This record gives sequence, C-alpha cells and structure tokens, in this order.
Amino acid sequence: MIHVRDLVKTFGDIKAVDGISFEVRPGEIFAFLGPNGAGKTTTIQMLTTLQRPTSGTMSVDGLDPARNQLETRRRFGIVFQDPSLDSELTAYENMELHGVLYHVPRHVRTERIRVLLTLFELWERRDSRVKTFSGGMKRRLEIARGLLHTPKILFLDEPTLGLDPQSRNQLWTHVKHLNETERMTVFLTTHYMDEAERVAHRIAIIDHGRIVAQGSPEELKQQTGTDSLEHAFLALTGSSIRDERADASEQMRQIVKMWRR
Amino acid sequence: MAVIYILWLREVKRYLRSRPQVIASLGQPLLYLLVLGFGLGPVFQKSGQGSYLQFVAPGVIGMAILFMSIFSGIGLLWDRQFGFLKETLVAPVPRLHIMAGRTLGGTTIAVIQGTLILTVCLLAGFRPQNLATIPLALLFMALIAVVFAALGTAIGSTLKDMQAFQLVMNFLVMPIFFLSGALYPLANLPIALALATRVDPLSYGVDGLRGAFIGLSHFGMPTDFAILCLAASVFLVLGAWSFSKIEI
Repeated sequence: MIHVRDLVKTFGDIKAVDGISFEVRPGEIFAFLGPNGAGKTTTIQMLTTLQRPTSGTMSVDGLDPARNQLETRRRFGIVFQDPSLDSELTAYENMELHGVLYHVPRHVRTERIRVLLTLFELWERRDSRVKTFSGGMKRRLEIARGLLHTPKILFLDEPTLGLDPQSRNQLWTHVKHLNETERMTVFLTTHYMDEAERVAHRIAIIDHGRIVAQGSPEELKQQTGTDSLEHAFLALTGSSIRDERADASEQMRQIVKMWRR
Repeated sequence: MAVIYILWLREVKRYLRSRPQVIASLGQPLLYLLVLGFGLGPVFQKSGQGSYLQFVAPGVIGMAILFMSIFSGIGLLWDRQFGFLKETLVAPVPRLHIMAGRTLGGTTIAVIQGTLILTVCLLAGFRPQNLATIPLALLFMALIAVVFAALGTAIGSTLKDMQAFQLVMNFLVMPIFFLSGALYPLANLPIALALATRVDPLSYGVDGLRGAFIGLSHFGMPTDFAILCLAASVFLVLGAWSFSKIEI
C-alpha cells in the first residue's frame, strides 16, 4: 500500500529524513515510532503531499505523492500532530467543511457527523465554537473529523497526544474496527508504546532520520531480548532525551523556511 | 463548486462573527473621513475644488476595501499559524478551488465593509451625484476587492510568519493607500509622484469610484475599468500560482 525507498529530506544542513526504506502492506496497521525530532512527521508530510522529498522514491496506493498530488490526496485521510481546526467555526461546521472538502455526499455526511460526534462525546457541544473547547475536546474533534470520510489509508500523527484514557480507548477501538471491517490501512505514530503494542501489526523504529529496526512487536522484543516494546524501544534508540536537539533543529527549519523564498 | 462555496462561506462567517474587529476596522477610515473631511474642507474649498468631504469619501471607501481584502488574503498566515491551512491543503480538491473560495470570500467581506463605510459616509453628509450610477460604484468596489484579495493571497502564500506582516503593512499597504489619490487630486502632481500614482492599482479603483459617485474622473472610467480588470487577472494568476506552491 505504501512503498518508500531511500527517502531523504534535508532542510539546509539538517537531514530530517536520511535514506529510509519501508513498506506498509494493504490492510495493515503500521506504527512508526521514534523519539522527538526523529523524522516521523516529516515522513508523514512527504507521504501526504505536504513536502517534497529531497531524493528517493515513494508510492502511496501506487501513486507518487510528489507528482500525483491530487490523486494521492483522494486516497488518504490524516489526523495531524498539531491543531488544524478553525476555532472560529463550531464543531459541526468544522466537520461539515471537512465532509465537503472530501466530497462526502450530504446524507452520508449528516449521518456520520452525528455518529462520530456522539462517539467522541461532542454531540452536545456541536454548536459551540471550537475556541471554547478544552485541549482534549479539540483533539477528539480532530480525530472525529479524520474519520469522517473512510479513506483507503489513514495517517494518524500522534493522535492520542493530550487525550484521556477513555478517549484513547475509544479511538483505538474504532480504528481497529475500521481496519477489520473496511480493510483500512493505518499508518500511525505515537509515543505511547503500549498503544503501538496493542494495535500495530508491524512497527518501524526511526531515530536520527534512519530506520533502526522493523518488524512485529514480538520480533522487536526478541531482537532486543526485552520483554516489552517500551524496553525494546529504549534499547534501540538509547535513553538520552532528544528535545534539546529537536528544538534546535526545529528552529533551524524555521530559519531555513524563512529565507528560502 | 461545493468546495468553493463552503470556503467562501467560512470567510464570510468568520467576518460576521468577529464583530469587535468589524467595528475596529471602521475606526481608521472614519478618522480619515471625519477629521480630514471636515479638517481640510475649508482649505480645499478655498482652492476652488469644492467640497472635500465629497472628494474624500470615495477614497475612504476605497481604503476600507483595500485593507479588508488584503488582510483577508494575508489571513492565510493566520491559518498557517493555527494549522487550519494544512487541513485544506491535503484535501483532495484542486488548490485553485481553495484559492478561489478564499479569494471570493475575501472579496465579499471587503465589499460588505465598503458598503458599511459608504453608509457611514452618507450619514456624515456625503451625497452621490446620481443614484443611477450606484451600481457602477458597486462594480468598482468589487473590482478593487478582487484585485487586492488576490494580491493578499499571493503575499500570504509567500510569507512564512507573522513578523513579516508588519513589513507588508508599512511597505506595501500604506504606500498603496497614500499613492492612490484617495486623499488628494491626481492632477498637477510632481512628476515622480504622478508616475507612482499611475502604477498603483488603487488609483484607478478610487478614480473609478469617484467617477461613479461624483462624476469626477481623472483617467476616465473605461480606463479605470480596463486597468482594474488587468490588475485583477495578473494578481489572480500570481495568487493562484503562489498558492499552488505552498509547502507546509
């Protein structure tokens, strides 16, 4: 479903993604794990047509996201890592807008919006403006919105960040259900290893822009001789904290972006 | 079509919901209208040019439309900052449709704003010469709005952060306004200023408005119309092109 070969993305001198190759099979739940600043989001942005790769090839459902942007966009849905709602609009209007953008027919749209807003316990607040929502509510709304059209491939970039355990459970149950009934391929990133262990069929671990290990949760544990995915992850990526570096590179990215045009 | 409509609707809703901003954005044009209109009135009268309020009102309407439409285009920056832009950029719709919806929305709210200012002008004592030419004035208002909404989109697509906004304000928006002849007659200007006013699209917008409202046009309304259409086409192409190039 997704093929990536020797993918590279550089921002100035920084190699955000440094020659990664992997494959996601149809109907699979694939987790992309890595410390902050490892290159997860950049990879997703390239796969979802938001960034052009510096070099390497990729295909999403047989299409090249860098060339066939519009066609590729028809194949996937995405829940972004950072907020992407219009806070001046109400929850319902945000859903409606998304439904129109993704060409969901009106009667299907109305019904699904109701179901999803109810599922994520936002139906009562559907006519409130998003700016009055708490962080968790906004996050739930983004997820509900991402599920409004049923795409072939769903990208979830740290979808559970800032969610309470109830909503988290709700999300993964729903995603698993969609994966099983609709054969939807799911590509996710998360920092919660227990989630990855629970839902993912296969996992790739990325660090410093390179893939350091790939396989099922079981295989990764065996490979590292550890008893949980969390330990396997730490064994593979070390236990130093990356925020510092990630922040610096994020700043560099900003500067590069500013001067590029 | 549905996509263009819903994005248009979004812009209009955002405008209608931000009442404090609407009121705030009336402040500056009102100052120009009332303070300059009445303050410079006697001098203007003495130089044999008639009523300054009559003269400046179309300029102030043009100014309000300029600000509103260019800001709505630059609103892209806000959408980038708050993340909503991504949501539209990954959607399976041609970028041209997204750009069209946004620009039409910006145009609409700018015309609403212009109409609001026109109402205030009427209350302040502005009297259009001929009511039959009001539709013509509305046409010019819409043209000004399209030109600058498209220009705003082009700028908003190119800029990366909010800090640059001040730059645009001081080195683009204010000069466009001051060089447009919104506040002074375009006749008998020093050559440098005369040239500068001629490359400013808003000059033709304000001139067209003056032609329609008070029957006083420096370039002639057909010229105004033609040049505004030309500017609109150029900026629309430019806006669409730079919008299609956006990467997050």
